[in-house]
Amino acid sequence: MPNAAPTLRLDGVAKSFGPVAALRSGTLTVHPGSIHALVGENGAGKSTLVKIVGGVHRRDAGVVELDGEPVDFTGPAEAKAAGVAVIHQEPASFPDLTVAENIYLGREPLGRFRRIDRRAMREGVRDLFRDLGVDLDPDRPAEGLSIADQQIVEIAKAISLDARLLVMDEPTAALSAVEVRRLFAVARGLRDAGRAVVFISHRLDEVADLCDTVTVMRDGEHVSTDAVADVTPDELVRRMVGRAVADLYPKVPSTPGEVVLQVEGLESTGTFHDVSFEVRAGEIVGLAGLVGAGRSEIARAVFGVDQYAAGRVVVGGKDLRPGDPAAAIAAGLALVPEDRRLQGLVTESSVARNVSAVARRRLARLGILLPDAEARLARDWSGRLEVKAGALDATATTMSGGNQQKVVLAKWLATGPKVLIVDEPTRGIDVGTKAEVHRLLSTLAAEGLAVLMISSELPEVLGMADRVLVVREGRIVAELSRAQATPERVMRAATPGASETTAETEGAA
Amino acid sequence: MRTHARPWWQRALLTREMLTILILVVAWVVASAAVQGFDGPLTITYLVLDVAPVLLIALPMTLIIATGEIDLSVASVVGLSSVTFGLLHQAGLGLWVALPVSVLLGAVCGAVNGALVAYAGLPSLAVTIGSLALYRGLAVGLLGTTAVTDFPESWTDGATENLGESPYPVITLGLVALIAVFAVLLHATPFGRNVLDIGRSSEAARFSGVDVKRTLLILFVLSGAVSALAGVYYTLRYGSARGDNATGMELQVVAAVLLGGVSIFGGRGAIHGVVAGVLLIGVLSSALRLEGVTVNVINIVIGTALVVSVVAPRIAGGVRVRRRGAVGQRT
Amino acid sequence: MSLLRRREAGIALALLVVIGVTTIVQPGFLLSPGGWRDLLLTPAILVVLAVGQAVVVITRNVDLSVGSVLGLTAYLTGRLFIDAPDLPIVVVALVAIAAGTVLGLVNGSIVAFARVPALVITLGTLYVYRGVTLTWAGSDRIDAGDMPRAFLALGTRQVLSVPVLTIVAAIVLVAVGYYMYTARGGRQLYAIGSDPDAAALQGLPVRRRLLWAFALNGALAGLAGVMFAARYGTVSSGAGLGIELQVVGAVVVGGVAIFGGSGTVAGAALGAMLLLTINRALPVVGIPDFWQRAVVGALIIGAIALDRVLANRRSRRLAAARDADPPGPRSPGGAPPGAAPPGAAQPGAAQPGDGPQSDGTNREEATA
Repeated sequence: MPNAAPTLRLDGVAKSFGPVAALRSGTLTVHPGSIHALVGENGAGKSTLVKIVGGVHRRDAGVVELDGEPVDFTGPAEAKAAGVAVIHQEPASFPDLTVAENIYLGREPLGRFRRIDRRAMREGVRDLFRDLGVDLDPDRPAEGLSIADQQIVEIAKAISLDARLLVMDEPTAALSAVEVRRLFAVARGLRDAGRAVVFISHRLDEVADLCDTVTVMRDGEHVSTDAVADVTPDELVRRMVGRAVADLYPKVPSTPGEVVLQVEGLESTGTFHDVSFEVRAGEIVGLAGLVGAGRSEIARAVFGVDQYAAGRVVVGGKDLRPGDPAAAIAAGLALVPEDRRLQGLVTESSVARNVSAVARRRLARLGILLPDAEARLARDWSGRLEVKAGALDATATTMSGGNQQKVVLAKWLATGPKVLIVDEPTRGIDVGTKAEVHRLLSTLAAEGLAVLMISSELPEVLGMADRVLVVREGRIVAELSRAQATPERVMRAATPGASETTAETEGAA
Repeated sequence: MRTHARPWWQRALLTREMLTILILVVAWVVASAAVQGFDGPLTITYLVLDVAPVLLIALPMTLIIATGEIDLSVASVVGLSSVTFGLLHQAGLGLWVALPVSVLLGAVCGAVNGALVAYAGLPSLAVTIGSLALYRGLAVGLLGTTAVTDFPESWTDGATENLGESPYPVITLGLVALIAVFAVLLHATPFGRNVLDIGRSSEAARFSGVDVKRTLLILFVLSGAVSALAGVYYTLRYGSARGDNATGMELQVVAAVLLGGVSIFGGRGAIHGVVAGVLLIGVLSSALRLEGVTVNVINIVIGTALVVSVVAPRIAGGVRVRRRGAVGQRT
Repeated sequence: MSLLRRREAGIALALLVVIGVTTIVQPGFLLSPGGWRDLLLTPAILVVLAVGQAVVVITRNVDLSVGSVLGLTAYLTGRLFIDAPDLPIVVVALVAIAAGTVLGLVNGSIVAFARVPALVITLGTLYVYRGVTLTWAGSDRIDAGDMPRAFLALGTRQVLSVPVLTIVAAIVLVAVGYYMYTARGGRQLYAIGSDPDAAALQGLPVRRRLLWAFALNGALAGLAGVMFAARYGTVSSGAGLGIELQVVGAVVVGGVAIFGGSGTVAGAALGAMLLLTINRALPVVGIPDFWQRAVVGALIIGAIALDRVLANRRSRRLAAARDADPPGPRSPGGAPPGAAPPGAAQPGAAQPGDGPQSDGTNREEATA
């Protein structure tokens, strides 16, 4: 419908966080009565775009229009009032309130004496659920609802608010097949009712199944917009991966030595299954896969911060006690975790304290920790990694993401590890520091360190790794040598629903 | 890279602890000048004797609050240990046996709290309100309204005796030693670093290999043991083992710790600040008492100081955040 | 709702068992006029306090100053009767309640505007309010002779064999319970306690609601002060000393989660009745009443431990339910059958067995 104003129009929307441009040029036009897919690799800028539309972030530049009117939301409440509903992967509901209360919170139907008219509320929710074709008890507490049901509650809320634009951010990542079918039926119903739906997903089969239009994003920019019928999934994968794997990655050749880390049959109910692999000294092994495939969870279990149900982890020939990070550290394991601010660093603490956070146990003499020893260690390692900070006692809060990551790396290298696990080592850090981190990892491997690298950035994995393991839905589904690992192959193995013509099980035990 | 952003004297002076110390000094000077009899030797003697139990308990409490938890059962442990000590004495056991047994019992009380908080994952506030009632109940149940008073004079005198001719009681030595132990523990050991890390981000501490649960358990055990020690002291000081000894002292301890600059959110605090906080309350109390002001006004002063000590940095921090927000907006 | 209801039913049952057992041991505990009266009258004041406290705790706060507020308003009540003998009883009561409201508002505004933990603030005002009472009253004691007979009669009189104070407590319970259940504001208090950040994001008037909750609690503590004066006939400056811990204990035993969001005022009231009834029952069944507090303490710890066990069981059931619903092939050429449910692998998804320390972390994928 070319004449009607699009429900949502974004043009050249940009957003940076400090030195990092999360979104360079977001362009998206969504028409009423349409389901519009938004696809791209992790870090392509989809989530940032959604957050701008939903009023969580404010844009730095560009145009956002709703039904032809320019808007500039200062908060989520404002976006909601304007008829924009965003359904996040894990909706924030109030667990102690009932389903009906969650839907109507703050605008409950009132009866006599301004008392909440529970019957009207219940009826309203029943009607909503009937339209959505779901069978949920309006009076049950939201606590314990599955993520699928929480999303349904959010959708019901959106409909009761009469939202004209519904944005679903990877809604299916956590759903079972039945739930996905139900969600799709709901989305189609909304489309037929003339609302606009934006659907973000990594699953190209779902995109083909549900959506009419698809927009591809890469590196924070718009790549293409087509009718779904006009593009093949393989073509979409090609556009998502896009860039050539340049010589950006200074891979230092090294000969893998003996096996240092060996994981056998690791199993965690509902999270990952039968995970076995090994990492040799001097080798960088990439762990590729989609967000939510279970890569980080595997790393956490190996390191011991999470428990696992079965299997074993062997470091340097010795079995590790499960669920004991201190034992893992003693055996020579190090983990640079996924979430720098929450897990990697104590952001309130100084650089010196952070760098010595693990190694300080060894610095103590007769149990006493001399401030001098701590400062020396911190100065030494932050110097080697070229951490830029005003002083060693500056808190990590004030530092850029790249410098924070260097502090985390310094903290672990100071322990003299045999195996370094890095989870998204360059997420959210600027290009310059990124290259430094890559060079560092290469050098360390060449010096004989065993590196297990989790990354959602395909070029990074392909450029750095000697071997790539692909994780999909909690299982290692492919093992590719450096020569075999092409972007297309990895993406196909990682993406449920992409055509699986080649290489699927090559080399996998 | 420089080790410190600011010169040493700024780092030493511009701290939250220094503020408490400064107020303590001012209070002391003003009291010495204005309050008749304050600068006499007896004042110091009684000051030390009076603050000793609160000071003792405040030491482990500092570490517990620094992790973001709290132990409200401490005064009840004082009562229970006092009763135990008295009953063991009544049963004819030597005090040299009764003392360690009482302290051990306190450690067990702390271990129960610690296990419930660290390993069962229950909120420490609720758990220790429960054990506050439980331990006090055991103390009162064991001894009823009676009291054990016939402690040997050598012991009761020992609790209040002065060091030679000085105005300082003998127990000052023990207090200073324990203060030193806890100061080293918190500020100069990996364990102390872990305690502060847990208070700032227990998740990040866990990812650095800190055994958060065990650390919390140890702290609660320490709290129980030290409270029990304070209970024995309390018993000897007043020569009486009673079930209701030190009732309500937990609030005084918490107030002193927070006055001393320990953050109730966890993650920051220092022993010297807490010692100053305890002494500040002690000085105010004895000065006002000498002035003929009743305990009541002292309560008002302590309460107001507590509220101000928590609210003021919040307001100052809020201003700072707003100023920073004007430069680069944060989401 | 059904879960919450079950929790209250459990306390009610425990209460009935205590009453039943004690009555079997000594029929007079329930079946004599005095026994019946004590059963209803004793908990009245604590019930009023527990109802107010429950409202505050539901918002994820706590008010430790209620004992001091009670003391101050009780003394104020007596003082008014002495200094202004012409004032009608109702006016005196209203003044005391208003005073309580103001004290509650002081707590509430510090907590809501400075955003500092209520625990610390109300610990501070506990001292301040008590100090004010002590300074004002000194060693003065207001005796029954200082107060009008009609007022004191309220403390002992019965209507249809129900004590007046019990009726007052029941009215408070019903009114507040009705508000919490049926008013938008009441439901918002639950939402705020359930997730304060989400409540702010939803645009709820968080500050106003918090002020309101503390003001209500203060008002009820003021009412409790009036009731205290009427019931005991003497008021010293130590009235209500230490009662705050009993109140919080009652609320926790009554199933109001100390971290907010769940529980009902009815549960808190039942908790208060259970605590005080047990206190009175112990001597009857042969346990010296010195042990009362120990039993209360064990009860509090038992109640929170039980709540945790139930919550753990619930989340285990949830995990099991998710495993029972594995995704099949999504579409032709999709994932192999029997693949793991990817949902459980979401970072931030509740992981059964995880301690409370890891709650609320790694919420979502970093965006930058």
